[in-house]
Amino acid sequence: MSGPMVQCQGLTKTYGTGETAVQALRGVDFQADAGEVVMLVGPSGCGKTTLISVLAGVMDGDGGSVRVLGHELTKLSGAEKTRLRRHGIGFVFQSFNLVPTLSVMENVAVPLLIQGEKRSRALELARAALEPVGLADKAKVLPGQLSGGQQQRVAIARAIVHAPPLIVCDEPTSALDHRTGEQVVGLLRDLARSRDCCLLVVTHDSRIFPFADRVAEMDDGRVLAIRQNTGN
Amino acid sequence: MLVMALRMLVGDRAKYLGIVVALAFTSFVMIQQPATFLGILRHTYGFITDIGIGDVWVMDPKAKHLDDVKPMMDSELQRVRGIQGVDWAMPLYKGGIRARLDNGDFVQCQMIGIDETTLIGGPGRMVLGQLADLRQADGIIIDTASAASRLAIIQGAGKRPMTIGDSIELNDHRAQVVGTAISSSNFQSMPTVYTTYSRVKTFLPSERKLLSFVLVGVKDGADPQAVADAITRSTGLAAYTTEGFIDRSLKHFLGNTGMILNFAMSAGMGFLIGAFIAGQTFYNFTNDNLRHFGVMKAMGAGSGMLVRMILVQALYLGLTGFGLGAGAGAAMGFNLARVDPHLVFRMPWQLIAVGGVAALSVVIVAALLAIRKVVRLEPAQVFKA
Repeated sequence: MSGPMVQCQGLTKTYGTGETAVQALRGVDFQADAGEVVMLVGPSGCGKTTLISVLAGVMDGDGGSVRVLGHELTKLSGAEKTRLRRHGIGFVFQSFNLVPTLSVMENVAVPLLIQGEKRSRALELARAALEPVGLADKAKVLPGQLSGGQQQRVAIARAIVHAPPLIVCDEPTSALDHRTGEQVVGLLRDLARSRDCCLLVVTHDSRIFPFADRVAEMDDGRVLAIRQNTGN
Repeated sequence: MLVMALRMLVGDRAKYLGIVVALAFTSFVMIQQPATFLGILRHTYGFITDIGIGDVWVMDPKAKHLDDVKPMMDSELQRVRGIQGVDWAMPLYKGGIRARLDNGDFVQCQMIGIDETTLIGGPGRMVLGQLADLRQADGIIIDTASAASRLAIIQGAGKRPMTIGDSIELNDHRAQVVGTAISSSNFQSMPTVYTTYSRVKTFLPSERKLLSFVLVGVKDGADPQAVADAITRSTGLAAYTTEGFIDRSLKHFLGNTGMILNFAMSAGMGFLIGAFIAGQTFYNFTNDNLRHFGVMKAMGAGSGMLVRMILVQALYLGLTGFGLGAGAGAAMGFNLARVDPHLVFRMPWQLIAVGGVAALSVVIVAALLAIRKVVRLEPAQVFKA
């Protein structure tokens, strides 16, 4: 795919109507390319999560244009957006969101099963995806038996198992201690780069900013500045 | 993903067992109570089906059901035999008699007097002896269940079943057991004593009218209903086909006793309680998994896939719970009935089918309620911590 992985122009989003309306995005211009790690940072309520939700195709914006993986989201139907997410986007969440009753390997296999992959093949690929995150030996244990850092690494394996060109992460280190958080983000960055994958990370954890290629600072529904990191 | 759905379900062991146990309980009540009810209903017509021969039952017009005997004159038998379409007509006595046991105890029994020539009206399944032995002097046949219980002979500290060669007193007349037979319990669970119609007159000499029923076989090709109608027209007696008489006896008990209402209330309450617990637990289970369904939705699972996952979970639960409950109900019912033949249990396939549908309905309704939430679920919610 040529051109940016993610691009939005004049993106707006308002919650509620009338006097209670809250304008979460006020004309955001933003783009990210393949193999790039971009962090969206800013205070709580600045619109980071709303922006990443719209970019991930799980929420509709109100105005402006949003282009993701070559598709103009505003022109896609709900089913088309679901298909785009299924094949094109990997997710890493703040609270891991692993199914506690499924084994680590089964959790990682979920995106493949959603794509319609056969169970045996999906589990085989899931086991392989656990290798780079260093958890191949934990394939059959339940998530509850793992530490927070290990659970987030399982979530990373789940996000990459179907080789999506775009990975979106929502506060991936907020439930982890500093050292583990750094390890997790470092791992995420290395995996994304090795697969030429675009990595969007929403965070307010300034300690992980150095792992980004660019840091987009948001406030009050706008991207105020984009800072390029050097030395990454 | 359907296998994953089942893994999600059974993986939460405590909730899974909770729902299965609740459903099993619901199914147990739904099967056991109506099966007992059907068994009791059989008491109201078991005597008719035990005989297994005869197309038309003739009786006094005032008789409302099998146990509501209004004796007729013996001459009615000859009148019935003269009706066109009647192939044969046999007398049948059915009434109560007091038996005195060896130990001096008295037991109220049901006595059946059958035609001594043809032995039509005798029990269908003999256990000891032969039906023809009834022609022996003072001969009686007793039902096996009572032989081992209410008519059992006391020997030292224990009891033994009454058997061939034992005797009892019937209305101060000696009667000798010449056989035992399987006989459906009657409504009052009284022992059944078979003898010949002529010997009934010996046991009950003071009765002027003894004829309880005339059992009629119709000629080949004749319509039993038409023959019954002809008997009624010509004699003024009530005549019903076998099925019609069963139906009449059943309807009387259903319409004039509180059985249906009581059993329906009992089974209904059990069902409601079980259904509520099972439904609520399954609904809660799906609610607890709502976040995971939201994650799957964000990852690209369509609503259809999630609906199928929930339905598979519901079906699996329904079948497991119903299988356990119905199995336990049947095992308990049949085993208890084997230990004590007076306990009755009937489980026709229709009851299993209705019970199965009801159990599945519980989880399907709970699933549909949960599905509404899952379908409406916004995938963006997964980004909220």
